[in-house]
Amino acid sequence: MTLPEMKYPLSRDQLLDLYYFMKLTRELDEQLVRLFRQNKVVGGLYSSIGQEASAVGTAYTLEKRDWIAPMIRNVGGLLVKGFRPRDILMQYMARSGAPTGGKDGTSHFGDLQDRHVVSPISMLGDLIPVMTGVAMGGRYLGQKIVTMTWIGDGGTSTGAFHEGMNLAAAQHAPFVCVVENNQWAYSTPVARQVPLKNLADRARAYGIPGYVVDGNDVIAVYQATKEAVELARRGEGPVLVESKTMRMKGHAQHDPAGYVPPEMFEYWKARDPLALYEKWLTENKVWDKKAKDEIEARIERELKEDIEIAEASPLPNAEEAERGVYCEGCHTIEAHWERPIAEVQPPKASVQPVWTVPDFGALNNARGSAPAAAASAPDDGARAEAHSNSSAKSAPAGSGAPKRPARAEARPKGRR
Amino acid sequence: MAPVTMVEAIREALDEEMQRDPSVVLIGEDIGVYGGAFKATEGLLAKYGWERVIDTPISETAIIGAAVGMSYQGLRPVAEMQFIDFIACCFNQMVNFVAKSHYRWGGPVPMVVRGPCGGGVHGGPFHSQNPEMWFVHTPGLKVVYPSTAYDAKGLLKSAIRDNNPVLCLEHKFLYRRVKEELPAEDYTVPIGKLAVRRPGRDLTIATYGAMTLHSLDAAEELAKEGIEAEVLDLRTLMPLDRQGIIDSVRKTNKLLVVHEDVRSGGIAGEIAATVNEQAFEDLDGPILRVTSLDTPVPFSPPLEERFLPQVADITRAARELARY
Ligand SMILES: Cc1ncc(C[n+]2csc(CCOP(=O)(O)OP(=O)(O)O)c2C)c(N)n1
Ligand SMILES: [Mg+2]
Repeated sequence: MTLPEMKYPLSRDQLLDLYYFMKLTRELDEQLVRLFRQNKVVGGLYSSIGQEASAVGTAYTLEKRDWIAPMIRNVGGLLVKGFRPRDILMQYMARSGAPTGGKDGTSHFGDLQDRHVVSPISMLGDLIPVMTGVAMGGRYLGQKIVTMTWIGDGGTSTGAFHEGMNLAAAQHAPFVCVVENNQWAYSTPVARQVPLKNLADRARAYGIPGYVVDGNDVIAVYQATKEAVELARRGEGPVLVESKTMRMKGHAQHDPAGYVPPEMFEYWKARDPLALYEKWLTENKVWDKKAKDEIEARIERELKEDIEIAEASPLPNAEEAERGVYCEGCHTIEAHWERPIAEVQPPKASVQPVWTVPDFGALNNARGSAPAAAASAPDDGARAEAHSNSSAKSAPAGSGAPKRPARAEARPKGRR
Repeated sequence: MAPVTMVEAIREALDEEMQRDPSVVLIGEDIGVYGGAFKATEGLLAKYGWERVIDTPISETAIIGAAVGMSYQGLRPVAEMQFIDFIACCFNQMVNFVAKSHYRWGGPVPMVVRGPCGGGVHGGPFHSQNPEMWFVHTPGLKVVYPSTAYDAKGLLKSAIRDNNPVLCLEHKFLYRRVKEELPAEDYTVPIGKLAVRRPGRDLTIATYGAMTLHSLDAAEELAKEGIEAEVLDLRTLMPLDRQGIIDSVRKTNKLLVVHEDVRSGGIAGEIAATVNEQAFEDLDGPILRVTSLDTPVPFSPPLEERFLPQVADITRAARELARY
């Protein structure tokens, strides 16, 4: 069997893995709806149906050492990072066995030590500066990590998104921001939120690359995001990836989404990411019926087991409400250094505290025509100019590398 | 050892902690080359370099967000607000991300946010505020507010070593007005413990920050009239040293709370409620308070003087209380 050629090759096992995670996300979603109807879900239930390729294809580009922060429709990302359906089930069911023990619900949980997952908060946009900080921290410690988070089309209009993207760009943070354009922010269509066709165009304002990708084509999502991750890992700064997809349900279970034109659902239904990928796997002879059946049987088995575990987990004891406001010795704070500490201590760390100003900022400056170039840390001059020609571009499966600004030298001395 | 000002003491704390622990990094606006609007970080960029003294764009939400992210990496970032008033711009990060992280999902946030607060320097409505109660009212944060150079240094060191987010409020009026000799050796001041600045038997004045100086001046005057006031410097507002306050009230049987924060919703209310609950029987008079007005901080000197508590306001209230 020869697999289709790709810029970032995927083995047969990996291709089937992608299917497993997407299908698991879908089935888990459907089981949660069943539990919701039985009143076993406490609070709202948010679906990621239609967006499985987007969450799984992006998260799958990461390595174990990398970090994510999932939003509510990124259950697929949590599964890829090693959480199990039982974790998500118990979160939604507010059980004591849930990762947060009932302190918070939905995808609001994480794991700093092993899986490198930061818990989101409800307020949209705030994860962008936080994951920028995780990326900056990782770089400081000498780790070659990349951080990733997702944000909806709606969330890109928050101030926190802007502040975070701008800081990430100014810092060249190894950070990938996936904008999941699912056409709707609750009841408001994209055109009423943003006067842009491609949300990836927002990247231009930060002088960083912005990719547009078909969010329902998991291979395309993987290829484009992998490129972004590699770029970030090489120290070339953040990348924004817009994944065009569709929220196939209401905002949450309570919302029948009557405001979505029925033809729009029809259009996107024909582009269901799971159906598309099944077809692709078959056409490319990656699997046969037996392989498909095996994966589906495994998912059924695992979900059945996890639902049993979740249902058996009791609600938390009321006294737990009083615990945990502060860390009172329950955590050991430890940074994982992967570079010599002497590099960040004087005398090695010591520098001349002066700015170099390679361009004086006038409109027709002989030293450079780009008015955007500004005062900067040492050696940091070329950057703004170098970035000014990067803009939104499609990066579908197998497309060539986007034109990259030369920027290896574009950092304050000593930063890595 | 030559005496140092409060702002120098703060710089010493940052310097010594950075030297001691490479996981301590600084982030804020104009803190590097310029050394901070009040020069609290002067010289630290030269010593520790660009990676540890991070000048940022004017983005308070990104500053706090990035500090949270770095603290998830096991670092101990210290974020500066150029003036503490600007913390309102990142209120969401503070109260929803930072404060709730440990309780919600066990994500400790060992970071410090520090910045100049307080009035008396004609800074006007946006450069004079005392925002402590916004954060005292948010479970998950610790709030300290020193009145001496010794405490500013010792509390900041404790804050940096704490596994929880700590807001360090530094009164800008005191930055260069208080001065003292500091121990040569490393020391910390525990978070959550008040200090008795002046012992007395007739009434307790509980206060903090710049009002500690006013209260001590008032106590001096009251002593001439034969009224011996005990002055408590709270030092930490969250967690509040409730026991320390109760102990003093049990001795003096009278309590006056003085703060520069506005009246309604100030910590005086919380202290009064605590004493009512735990030491009502020990009280020989009403709990009184001297506070700023319930207005924004006005700019012009006579207006600001009227807004802020004065020594005479404290002595007047203390005399009234002493009569019971
Ligand atoms: C700052 C903020 N304002 C309002 C809300 C309430 N809210 C929750 S989800 C949502 C719509 C989000 O749309 P989008 O970002 O496109 O994400 P999607 O739900 O489509 O995945 C709104 C308004 C919020 N969570 N955060
Ligand atoms: Mg949306």
